[in-house]
Amino acid sequence: MAQIKISALPNLTTPNTPVIFNPDICLGCNTCVNVCQIDVFIPNPDKGSPPIILHPDECWYCGCCVNDCLHPGAISFNWPLQQRGSWKDKITGKVMRDTV
Amino acid sequence: MTKWHDYFQKQGTAPPWPYPVDYEKEYEIETDILVIGGGIAGCWAAISAARKGVRVALVEKGDTIRSGSGGPGCDHWCQCPANPHSKVDPDEWAKVMADNPGTMSELPKGAPKCSYGNGIGAQITCRENYDTLLEMEQMGGQIRDINDEYVGAEGRYDDTKFMFSPRTNPNHQTDLVLRVWGTNFKPALKRECQRLGVNIFDRVMVTGLLTEGGIQGARVIGAMGFNNRTGEFMIFRSKAVVLSAAGDFYMWMLDTEHAGCRQFRSRTATGDGLAMTWKAGAEHVLMERTIPLMLGTGYKHNWYGGAGDASYENLQLIDANGKKLPWPVQGWQDGGAMAPPPKVRESIRQGILKGEWALPFYGDFPAMPDIERNVTWNLMLGQESTTQIITSTYERAGFDPSRHLLQNYAFIEGETHSQWRTARGGGPVIDWDLKSTLDGLYVAGEQLYSHGDHSFAASTGRYAGRKAADYSRQVPESKISRDQVAQEKARIYAPIKRTSGIEWKELNAAIARTMQYFCSEFKTERLLNMGLDAMKEIEEVFVPRLYALDPHKLMRSIEDLSMLAHGQMVFSASLARKASSASLNFYRIDYPEVDPPAWNKYVTIRLENGKAISGELPVNYWGDMKANYEAHNRDYAGIYKGK
Repeated sequence: MAQIKISALPNLTTPNTPVIFNPDICLGCNTCVNVCQIDVFIPNPDKGSPPIILHPDECWYCGCCVNDCLHPGAISFNWPLQQRGSWKDKITGKVMRDTV
Repeated sequence: MTKWHDYFQKQGTAPPWPYPVDYEKEYEIETDILVIGGGIAGCWAAISAARKGVRVALVEKGDTIRSGSGGPGCDHWCQCPANPHSKVDPDEWAKVMADNPGTMSELPKGAPKCSYGNGIGAQITCRENYDTLLEMEQMGGQIRDINDEYVGAEGRYDDTKFMFSPRTNPNHQTDLVLRVWGTNFKPALKRECQRLGVNIFDRVMVTGLLTEGGIQGARVIGAMGFNNRTGEFMIFRSKAVVLSAAGDFYMWMLDTEHAGCRQFRSRTATGDGLAMTWKAGAEHVLMERTIPLMLGTGYKHNWYGGAGDASYENLQLIDANGKKLPWPVQGWQDGGAMAPPPKVRESIRQGILKGEWALPFYGDFPAMPDIERNVTWNLMLGQESTTQIITSTYERAGFDPSRHLLQNYAFIEGETHSQWRTARGGGPVIDWDLKSTLDGLYVAGEQLYSHGDHSFAASTGRYAGRKAADYSRQVPESKISRDQVAQEKARIYAPIKRTSGIEWKELNAAIARTMQYFCSEFKTERLLNMGLDAMKEIEEVFVPRLYALDPHKLMRSIEDLSMLAHGQMVFSASLARKASSASLNFYRIDYPEVDPPAWNKYVTIRLENGKAISGELPVNYWGDMKANYEAHNRDYAGIYKGK
C-alpha cells in the first residue's frame, strides 16, 4: 500500500465552521467580511473566491453575514452541533432536530 | 474551501495578512466631537451632534453598518410613554423606571423598591424616546405595520398602524412598548451619519482618553487608539468626547472558544470604555453589581432559540406530555412577564421531582391563533437582534410553527446557577447633561449604568450628542500631551514586540478564573482582597509576557487589559460596599444584612495616583427628575424638522 502524505496541523478551534460558502454562487464581494463586527472572515487572496474563515471561535452567531448577503445561497449558516434546535410534532409526537 | 485549515492544506502556506500593516504610522484627526463606539448610542450621538452643525468623528471597533449589540436588529422599543396611545404619564413612568431598574419586564404594581436605577437616563428616555423613534422613521426605519401584514393582531392600532407588545402592559393598561422592525435600523443610522458628514472610523479600537496636560482628572480633550486591521495609531483631538462603548461581557468567560455561543453580546463587548474612564480619573457607581449569566453553561438557544424567552410573546409553555405549565405566556394578562415568580418556580421544580411535570418543556406555537403566531414568529423573532438567523435556520431545517412545538430549555440543566457572571450596569457618574465628573466627557448607552436597552441607548445617545455639541462651542482647543501619547503607544504596542509568551486567550481565561474564584456567590473581605491581589499579579507578572502576532490579536490583547482594569474596579467597589444588597445581586458573607437603610446609597470609586478612592452619593442624587429635566432642556426642539 502506498504511503500518503498529509500535513501536521494543529487542532481546529471548536466550533470552527459558523458558515458554509457555496463557491458556485459566491462572487467574493466580501460584503460579509465588511458587515461582520468581529472580523470572523478575511478576504480571499484569490479575488472572486469566497472569504476565508479566520476567527470562527470569535463568532457570536448574529447572522448578519448571511442576512445581508447580496447573493442568496452564497453563504449559509451552520450552527455548531450543540446549538442545533429541537422540536416536536404536536400531533405525531415525533421529536426532530436541525440536521441540515 | 472555507476554513483557514483548508486554505493552508491546499496552498501549503498560510494566507497573507490581507491589510497593509504599519504599527509606526500615526494619524492625527481634529474634530469638535469625538464619539467612541458606533453602536446604537454612538450613532445617535453622532447624528444629533452633527445636526447641531459641529464636526463629528465616530470611532468603531467593527463596522458601523451592523456593529454593537443592537446591530443585527431590535423588536421592542421599550418604555415609550410619550407615544400617542400611551396610558401613562412620561414623568410618572420615569420614576417607576428609576425605582425598578431590574424589574422592568414585570408589573410595577407592588414591585419591591430597589432603586439604583439611573433616574436621569430614565427621565430622558421617557421624555424623548418617542421623538427618537419618529426620527428613526424619518431615516427609513420601519416602526409601523405599513404593509398591513398584521391587521387584527392584538395591540395593533388601525389609525397609526402602531403595534404594541404585552410587555409591561397587563390588559393594555399602559401601551408603552412598541413592536418595531429593527433589522433595518442600524444600516439606516450609518447612512444618516454619512449623509450628515460624520467622519466614520471603522475597525478602530480606542484604547485611552487624552486629558489636558496628560493629567488624571483633568478635562478630556480626545482619545487614542489603533486600527485593528492595519495596526496604525490614531490620535483624535476634540473639544468634547461622547463615550458610548459597550459593557463588559467576557470577564467571567473562561471558555474563549464557545464564548460567542454563550453570550448576548459580541466578542467586542469588553468594557474598554470603563477601563478608559477609570484611568482618566472619572468617578463611577454600581461597579459592584454583577449578575449570574444564565447562558453561561450552555447555548444561545437557551434564550433566543428556546421557546419561552424574550421575544416569544403570547406563547404557552407545556410539559413533555402536553400539560400546560403555570408559566407566564408573556401575554396581555401577565403583562409580558418572562418568568414565573420564585414561589411558582419552586413549585414547578418540586413538581418535576415528583413526576407532576415531565421535561423537557415546549412552546405550544400550534395552539396560538394564526395572527398572533405570525406576529411572534415573523415580526418579534424575525426582527430581534440575533434571532432572525435562528428562525430562518429552524425553518430551513423543517420547523413549522403551525405544527411543531419548540423546545424550551428551562430546568433541563438543573437549577443551580453557575458562577459565569457578567458585570451589570456600572459606569461613570453623570449629571443632567450626561456629563461625567470629567469636563469634556459625556456618556451614553450601556455604560450609563443602565439596563442596556435599545431605546434607552438611542435616546441617551441622542441627548449626549446635543449636549456635547453645545459644550464644544464654549471651550477653546487644547494641546495634547505628547508624553501621554508616548505612554499609550508604549502600552498598547508592547505585545507586538514579542513573538512568544502568553496569548490573549490564555490571559482572558486567567482573568475569568480570578473573577470566578474571588467575585462570585461567596463574597468576603478576604476573598475580594485575594482577587485584587491576583489581578495585580496578572498585571505585573503576566501582562509583560503578552504577545500578539497581528493587529487583530493585538486588539483582543488590549481588550484583555480593559477587562483587567474592569475587574480591579469591580473588586474595589465590592470592598467598599460593606453590606449585602438584593437589588445589586451583591451578597457579602461578612456583612449579611440585606439592604440595611444606612447603605441605601451609591458607592463611588475613582482612581487617583494608582489608588482606588471610594466615596458615596445619595440614591436619587439627581433630585426632582421632571423639574431638573425641564431646567436643563429649555431649548429642546422635539423631533428633527430638517431633512
